[in-house]
Amino acid sequence: MTMARVSRRQILTAGAATGGGLLLGWRLEAQARVLGAAAKAAPSVFAPNAFIRIGTDGRITLIMCQVEMGQGTYTSMPMLLAEELEVGLDQVRLEHAPPNDKLYANPLFGDQETGASTSVKVFYEPLRRAGATARTMLVAAAAATWKVDPASCRAQKGVVTHSSTGRTLTYGALADKAARLPMPAQVTLKAPKDFKLIGTPAKRLDTPAKVNGTAQYGIDVRLPGMKIATVAASPVVGGRVASLDDSKAKAIKGVRQIVRLDDLVAVVADHMWAAKQGLAALDIRWDDGPNATVSIADVVQGLATATQTSGVIARKEGDAAAAIAGAPAKMEAIYQVPFLAHAAMEPINCTVHVQPDRCEVWTGSQVLTRAQATAAKVTGLPLEKVIVHNHYLGGGFGRRLEHDYVTQAVRIAKQVQGPVKVIWTREEDIRHDVYRPYYYDRVAAGVDARGQPIAWMHRLAGPAILARYLPAAFRDGIDPDGLDGAVHLLYDIPAVQVEFVRHEEPVLNTGFWRGVGVTHNTFVIESFIDELAAAAKQDPIEYRRALLGKSPRARAVLDLVARAAGWGQPLPAGRGRGVSLLYSGWGSYLAQVAEVAVSKSGEVRVHRIVCAVDCGTVVNPDTVKAQVEGGIVFGISGALWGEVTLKNGRVQQSNFNDVRVLRINETPAIEVYLMTNGEAPGGIGEPGTAVTAPALANAVFAATGKRIRTLPLERHLRSA
Amino acid sequence: MVTLKINGKSHTVDASPEMPLLWVLRDLLGMNGTKFGCGVALCGACTVHLDGIPRRACVMPVSAAVGHAITTIEAIGATPAGKKVQQAWLDLEVIQCGYCQSGQIMAAAALLAKIPAPTDTDIDQAMSGNICRCGTYPRIREAIKHAAQTPSSAKRGA
Repeated sequence: MTMARVSRRQILTAGAATGGGLLLGWRLEAQARVLGAAAKAAPSVFAPNAFIRIGTDGRITLIMCQVEMGQGTYTSMPMLLAEELEVGLDQVRLEHAPPNDKLYANPLFGDQETGASTSVKVFYEPLRRAGATARTMLVAAAAATWKVDPASCRAQKGVVTHSSTGRTLTYGALADKAARLPMPAQVTLKAPKDFKLIGTPAKRLDTPAKVNGTAQYGIDVRLPGMKIATVAASPVVGGRVASLDDSKAKAIKGVRQIVRLDDLVAVVADHMWAAKQGLAALDIRWDDGPNATVSIADVVQGLATATQTSGVIARKEGDAAAAIAGAPAKMEAIYQVPFLAHAAMEPINCTVHVQPDRCEVWTGSQVLTRAQATAAKVTGLPLEKVIVHNHYLGGGFGRRLEHDYVTQAVRIAKQVQGPVKVIWTREEDIRHDVYRPYYYDRVAAGVDARGQPIAWMHRLAGPAILARYLPAAFRDGIDPDGLDGAVHLLYDIPAVQVEFVRHEEPVLNTGFWRGVGVTHNTFVIESFIDELAAAAKQDPIEYRRALLGKSPRARAVLDLVARAAGWGQPLPAGRGRGVSLLYSGWGSYLAQVAEVAVSKSGEVRVHRIVCAVDCGTVVNPDTVKAQVEGGIVFGISGALWGEVTLKNGRVQQSNFNDVRVLRINETPAIEVYLMTNGEAPGGIGEPGTAVTAPALANAVFAATGKRIRTLPLERHLRSA
Repeated sequence: MVTLKINGKSHTVDASPEMPLLWVLRDLLGMNGTKFGCGVALCGACTVHLDGIPRRACVMPVSAAVGHAITTIEAIGATPAGKKVQQAWLDLEVIQCGYCQSGQIMAAAALLAKIPAPTDTDIDQAMSGNICRCGTYPRIREAIKHAAQTPSSAKRGA
């Protein structure tokens, strides 16, 4: 994706930092004390940029601009900084960054965002540079103290040593002097061969607090005088509260207040149990508005109609339409993927305290500055009067890239005296998600006499999420996120045309998921190429290989996965193997082989998944493996069972009884193989999910002969 | 008023008898390690022990917990099985977002206390009620086996 770029200078130039700050895992009372003490003591601090603070007491604090939602950024980002700063991971303390686009913007998006599998990819160089700048200044401070050449000094584990005399000074001892030095015009980054941390399986820094219950998520916020609220928003998008009888709710012990707004009712109580009881006791009549009668069939029909007309051309080589018309044989198919919920384990929540002159927000967000901006807008306060405290996220998966819940919580909090924690029930969380869109795709190919594709046409219809979310990235009618993967088709086909038909269905809010465009485009491409291989009576892997002459990295992961999976070796009766390949804007190459068995009643049992990964330079290999493993589990849930449907404008699913997700007893053996090379780092949070659905669908085809073109697999397999 | 014995200490709270133990722990006692995930015993995030048996705190009326020894994630490390499980979770880097892991660890600790060397089937039965959306299941399975092979460091009588 091409997006607004923030200059490196903006990232590296930070104002002088003061001491203190919110240290992870500290209790709020303690934080308040520390902040107070810090303000009084105002210790001298070396803070050459917004990511590093070294106190004269020797305390090394790294500020985490990318949030931790399980993907391991609170280890990989420190590794990048520590590698060049020359400190051990055991010597650092971590701090959540405050909202500040000037200091912490993701260079790809232009604002402070953790998403789209970009953290390591975009911060690989800037954070190393930040670390190297600090180290260079500390070494210069030591050299000036000893009146020696900086080149004769070396830094290691937070200590600068003068090589020939063995004199040493700690970073803490050098902090004051280093803080007075000018920023170096340029710094030298370490050569990869000299890396001590990058590329090693470092222990995660966030896990010790997560094994004993002390890790603080947004939902764990506790403040003096805080109330707990739970909410019922209109069950239909665009609906309004028509009438409300709250007399029974008000009679429940512990219920303090009922907040009625245009489109929601919230029950404010002493604790969540009273709030939940109060919510259940409300008698709300809704005016459902224009979407009152919408069903999922209406959505599908709208999309199907949209694909009858051509869209904006996102990629064009040759004349695909003419080539297909003139080809010896033509194949075409329609693929569909459903709305999907995120169902992160931590239900949506946000705590807000609105006061006349300020507003404080405590939550877990992938977009802190958006959270801050919406709170400012709702309260009418200037931005600097809104303080946002971020926390660990109990799962993000793209859900917490939206700030709808912050907006809602601030609207409620405006009506409440004192701080209020708004917690959505799981049912509210499922029914008011910002869903992965429904996509409807038409694909066609012309093949030659040997069954080789000579032309490829892919027309996809769905919403343009970026037109809403990041308008600057929506150019010429093309949503780069929705087309991600589709425009990256690697197969060597002479004529290719990829079209996007923008079709908004404003009956549900749609947004990012663990892979948006790629999750659906990879399913379409890799299923359809499998269809071509089957029609040509060729081996699916050999068929793909023959089309990857210009893509050696793709071929390499395909070869690796074939070897590791024992491709071609016999399987027990009733089982099938399917393969898929992924390449997209994430910059990573993945190949996967899935082994499944399908029961007579249409249940799909996944026995084994083998995945080969080339994501270029790896910072923490164990985290990369964990992300791929977890992505695969997420992908299996979505592919086998995931769908959100509508009836009378209402989401029909509500909790883990009808949002079925994979459990441990259903989890296959998962093997992940990493290729090692010096290529630029690629994203890895989402690819494991995106590559999984087509591998499963292709395996189901191998096992049953049934080609399932609409997800989720199990339901459509039963009706196939 | 209700008196509960939690992690070896006595707590008296002003709660109605039907109030779920989960909200007593979290909202009345400020013990936030036990998590809210679904509210209807479908996900296991709220798992605690009642006399060593794993139970879902989100659907357990506090009255049913009176007179029993309640153990939560905050104190599970004081039990031999809990300590081994926590260490295995760290050794094998099980955790991602971590939100479900209090419940996972409580379920695994109860399993190991009952069956010191569980089979895959034992693990499936004990752990299939605990959902993890980050997909840490393969590592959970390995970590339970790893913990089972760890000699207990707890002091034993001759």
